[in-house]
Amino acid sequence: MNWDAALPLLVLASSLLPGLVIFFLTEERVATRTTLNLAGAVLKLMLVGVMIWGVFHGAHYETRLPLLPGLDLLLRADSLSMLFVVLSSILWLVTTVYAVGYLEGSPNRSRFFGFFSLCVTATVGVALAGNLITFVLFYELLTLATYPLIVHRGTDEARRAGRTYLVYTIAGGTLLLVGTVWLYTLSGTLEFTARGFLSGLDATHHWSLVVIFVLLVAGLGVKAALIPLHGWLPQAMVAPAPVSALLHAVAVVKAGAFGIVRVVYDVYGMQFSASLGVTLPLAIVAAATIIYGSMRALFQDDLKRRLAFSTVSQVAYIVLGIAIAGPIAAVGGLVHLVHQGVMKITLFFCAGNLAETLGIHKVSEMNGVGRRMPWTMTAFTVGVFGMIGVPPLAGFISKWYLGLGALDVGQGWVIFILAGSSLLNAAYFLPILYAAWFKAPAGTWPAERSFGRRETAWALLAPPLVTAFLTLALGLLASAPFGLLQWARFITRLEYAP
Amino acid sequence: MSPAFLYALVGVGLFTLGLYALIVHAHLLRKILAINVMASGVFLVLVALAARTQGAAPDPVPHAMVITGIVVAVSATALALALMLRVRAETGRAELAEEPLE
Amino acid sequence: MSDIHWPVIVILLPLAGGVACFLWPRRSVLLGLLTALGVVACVAGLGWQVVEQGAQRYAVGGWGAPLGIDLYADGLSLLMLTVTAVVGLGISVYSSGYFERARYGQDRARHFWPVWMFLWTALNALFLSADIFNLYVTLELLGLAAVVLVALAGGADAVSGAMRYLLVSLLGSLFYLLGVALLYHSFGSVDIAILAERVEPSPAVWAAMGLMIAGLLLKTALFPLHFWLPSAHASAPAPVSALLSALVVKASFYILLRLWLEIFPFANAALAQLLGLLGAAAVFWGGFQALRQTRLKMLIAYSTVAQLGYLFLAFPLASITGWTGALYMLLSHAAAKTAMFMAAGNTLYFGGHDRIADLDRAVQRMPLTMTAFALAGISIMGLPPSGGFIAKWLLLEAAIRSGQWWWGGVLILGGLLSAAWVFKVVGYAFTRSEAPHEARAVPATMEWTALLMAVLAILLGLFAPWLLALLEIGSPFNRENAG
Repeated sequence: MNWDAALPLLVLASSLLPGLVIFFLTEERVATRTTLNLAGAVLKLMLVGVMIWGVFHGAHYETRLPLLPGLDLLLRADSLSMLFVVLSSILWLVTTVYAVGYLEGSPNRSRFFGFFSLCVTATVGVALAGNLITFVLFYELLTLATYPLIVHRGTDEARRAGRTYLVYTIAGGTLLLVGTVWLYTLSGTLEFTARGFLSGLDATHHWSLVVIFVLLVAGLGVKAALIPLHGWLPQAMVAPAPVSALLHAVAVVKAGAFGIVRVVYDVYGMQFSASLGVTLPLAIVAAATIIYGSMRALFQDDLKRRLAFSTVSQVAYIVLGIAIAGPIAAVGGLVHLVHQGVMKITLFFCAGNLAETLGIHKVSEMNGVGRRMPWTMTAFTVGVFGMIGVPPLAGFISKWYLGLGALDVGQGWVIFILAGSSLLNAAYFLPILYAAWFKAPAGTWPAERSFGRRETAWALLAPPLVTAFLTLALGLLASAPFGLLQWARFITRLEYAP
Repeated sequence: MSPAFLYALVGVGLFTLGLYALIVHAHLLRKILAINVMASGVFLVLVALAARTQGAAPDPVPHAMVITGIVVAVSATALALALMLRVRAETGRAELAEEPLE
Repeated sequence: MSDIHWPVIVILLPLAGGVACFLWPRRSVLLGLLTALGVVACVAGLGWQVVEQGAQRYAVGGWGAPLGIDLYADGLSLLMLTVTAVVGLGISVYSSGYFERARYGQDRARHFWPVWMFLWTALNALFLSADIFNLYVTLELLGLAAVVLVALAGGADAVSGAMRYLLVSLLGSLFYLLGVALLYHSFGSVDIAILAERVEPSPAVWAAMGLMIAGLLLKTALFPLHFWLPSAHASAPAPVSALLSALVVKASFYILLRLWLEIFPFANAALAQLLGLLGAAAVFWGGFQALRQTRLKMLIAYSTVAQLGYLFLAFPLASITGWTGALYMLLSHAAAKTAMFMAAGNTLYFGGHDRIADLDRAVQRMPLTMTAFALAGISIMGLPPSGGFIAKWLLLEAAIRSGQWWWGGVLILGGLLSAAWVFKVVGYAFTRSEAPHEARAVPATMEWTALLMAVLAILLGLFAPWLLALLEIGSPFNRENAG
C-alpha cells in the first residue's frame, strides 16, 4: 500500500488507536491519557495538513478495501471532505484540551476519552467516505460512539436523554440504510461523483428516486436536527459541556448536514435534484427549521437549552444554502458548515465554564457575570455577534452569501427568512449579553469554585478564546488566498460550472 | 395391494399412534414409550419398502439402516430413562411442568 | 499434504479427544484444549485442500456411494466447519475457566469434556455427510450429546429443559427418518448427489419433503416450534448455551438448506412463502419476548428464536444474494451469540444471578464482559461495522431486488426490536449504583474469550468478501432454483 492510499487510513488511525489504548488505561494514569489524547489530536492535525496540501496540488488520496461483492470501503480526500476534516480535526484538538480541563477529577475518564476518540474517528470517516455505504458505516459508528458520552453522567436524566437520542438516531440510521440499499439496487454503484451518478437512470425510476431522496434526507435530517426530527438535540444537552461541543459543532449535527450536502451534490447531483423537484421542499423544511429553532430558543431559560435550539436553527442554514440550488448560496451554506461549528463551540465552551466555575446553568443567573469572568464573556460575546451575523465576523459571511445567492436564483423569500432569523437571534442572545455586562451581580454565585487569580482554569479558558479568535479570523480573512471562501467556491464550481 | 405395502401402512399407523400418545400423555415414561412406538413404525416402513419388486430378493441397505436406527433408539431410550429419573428426583414428579422457568 | 484424508481426520480427531477425556478425566481440560487446537488446524488443512482443489468427495474405507459412506466437502460445508472450529475453540477455552473452579466441581467438569468432544464430532460429521441417512445418524448423535450437556447444569430447570429437549429432538429425527425411508423407496439411494439427479415430483416425494422439513423445523426451533428452545438454552451452563445457540440449531438448518437446494428444487413458491412468514413471525415474537424477559439468559435465548427467523427469510427471496445473506447471518450470529452467552455466564458467575434489573452492580465491575456484550449486540442489531450488518445488507438487497420489500421491512423492524433490548441491557453499564455485595472474581480467560468472540463478530463485517468467496466452491446456489 503506497502513501496515497495509506494517508486516509492514517488520519483515521491517529484517533482510533489512541482511543482503543485509552480504554485499557486505569483511571489514575492521567498523564499517559492526556499525552495520548493530545498526541493523537496533534498528529491528526499534521496529517490533515499534509493531506490538504496534497489535495490542493492535485494528489489523489484514496483507500479502497473490499467490503462486499461489488462494494468497497472507500476513503477519499476530495475538496468537500477536506472542508469537514479540517473543521473537525481543529475543533477536536481544542475540545480535547477543554475536556481534559473540564473532567479533571471526575470518574470514568478513560471510558469517556476512549469514546471521545472513537467519536472523532467516526466523524473523520464520515468526512472521508467516498461512497454511500462507507458513509453509512461511519455514520452509524458515530451514533454508537456518542451514546456513551451522552449518558456519561449516569443520572436518570442522562439515561433518558440517551434513550431519546438512540430512538431518533437508530430510526434515522435505518431509513438511511433502506434508502442506500434501494439506491444500490437501482444504480449498481454508490460511489460519490461530482454532479451525481443517477441522472442517467431510466425515467420510470424517478418516483422511486424521489422516495429514496426522502428516505436519505430523513435519515440524515435526524442528526442534522431538521424539524420535526430535532427532538433529541435539546434533551442531549444534559451531557457534559465537551460532549455538547462535540454534538453541536464537531461531529453529530455536522455529520447530518454534511451528509445532506453529499446526497444532493454527489449522489443525485444538483441539477438532477432540482429536476426531480426535491430541492424546494428541502429549502422550505430548512427555512421552517431556522424560524422554529429561533422561536423556541427565545423561551428557554436554561442556557444550554437555548444554545441547543439555536443550533437547530443554525445548522439548517447549511441545508438551506444547498437547497436554494444556486452557486452563490451554496458557497454560503458550505462556509457556514465551518462557521457554525467554530461559533457554536465557543458558546458551549463558555456555557461550560460558567457551569463549572460558578454553577450557573440558567440565563436568569447570569446577571453581572461579565465582571467576574471577563475573558469567558468576551469570547461568548464574539460568538454571539457572529451568530447574529454582525460584520466582519464569520456568521456575517455566511448570511451574506446565502442572501445574495437566493436573490441570484430568484428566491427572494429567503431574504425574509434570513432577516427574521437574525432578528430572532438578536432577540434571544442580546438580553444575555446585556445581563452579563450591564446588570449588577446578585451577590453570590450558585456554586463558586476558586482558581486563584485567574477567572477559571487555563484549560477551560484557552479553548473558547482560540475559537473566538477563529470566528474573527474567518470573517476577516474570508477572501484571503487559500481562505475558506476560495475553497467553497472551488467545491461549488465542480457542481455548477458548465 | 402387496403385503409389503400393507406392512408399510402398518408402520405409518404405528408412527401416527405413537405421535398421538406422545402428545396426549403427560407421564414421561409414556412419552418415552410413545417415541419408541414411533421409531418402530419408521423401522417397519423402512424394512417393508425394502421389497421393491415382487419376488426378487429384498434390498439389504434399508436393513442396515434399521440396525443403525435401533442402536440409536436404544441409546436414546437409555438416556431418556435416566433423565426421567433425574426429573423425578428433582421435581418429585415424572412429568414436565407447563412453564419451565419462574 | 494434498493427499491427506482431512475429512476423516476432522471427524476422528474430536472423537479420539473425547475418548481420551473420558479415559483420563484428571487431564480432561488439557486434552480438550489440545484437541480443540488440533481440530482448528485440521479444518484449516481441509480448507486449504478445498480452496486449492475444489470440492472434495471421500469414500470411507474405499466403498463407493450406493453402499458405503461418502464424505463431501464443498464451500458451504467448509464454512460451517470453520465456524464450528472457531466457536468451538472459543468455547473450549472459556470452559476451561468456567468448569474448573466454578460451583460445578470436579464431577461435572469431568463429564463436560468428553460429551463436548463427542458433540463436536457429531457436528463435523454432519457437515461432511454426503447422504441423507448419515445425516440422520449424525443429527441423533448431536441431539443426544446436546441433551446431556444441558442436563449437566443440574437442578429442576435444567433437567426438565433437557428432558423436553430430548423428546423434541427425538421426535424431529423420527419425522426426518420417515422422510428418508420414503425417498429411498422412491429412488433407491440416500446419496444427495444421486438423489439430486433422480428426484422428480411424486406424492411420495411430497410426503417425504413435508416430513423432513417439519422434523428439521422442529429441531431448528422455527416459530411456532420454538417452545422448547428458551428453557433448554437458558438453563444450561453458559458455555453449553453458547454452543447450542451458536452451532447446534444451525446444524439442522444446514441440513434443511442442503435438502431444499439440492433435493427439493421443485418445492413450490407457496411453501417458501410459508417458511418466510414463519421466519417473520419468529423475528417479531422472539424479539418481543426478549424485550419482556427479566433474566439475561432467557432474554438471549429468545433473541436466538428471533435470529433464527432471519435465516428463513432467504427462502421466499430465493436468490444467491439472499442465501449468502442468510448464511452470513448464521455465521455472525454464531460468533455474537457465543459472546453474549459467555458474557451472561460471566455476570452469573460474578454476582450469582442474572436478573436484568440488578445488573448494574455486576457489569460496572466487569468492563470487558460488558464490552463483549455491547459489541455482540452491535452485530445482533445489524449495525455497522459487523457481520450482522453485512448479512442485513445482503438480505435487504435481495428483498428489494426481488420486489418483495416487505421481507426487508421484517428485517428492519426486527433490528429495531433487538436494538431495544440490547440498549436496555447496555444502559445498566452507565447507571450509578452502590458498591456491589458479595461477588466472585471471574477468571480472566472467561472475560477475554467473551471479548474475543465479540470482536470476531465485528471483524466479520470487514472480511466478508473472502468468506463469501468460499461459498462459491462447489456452490449449491448456482442451480436454476437459486434464481
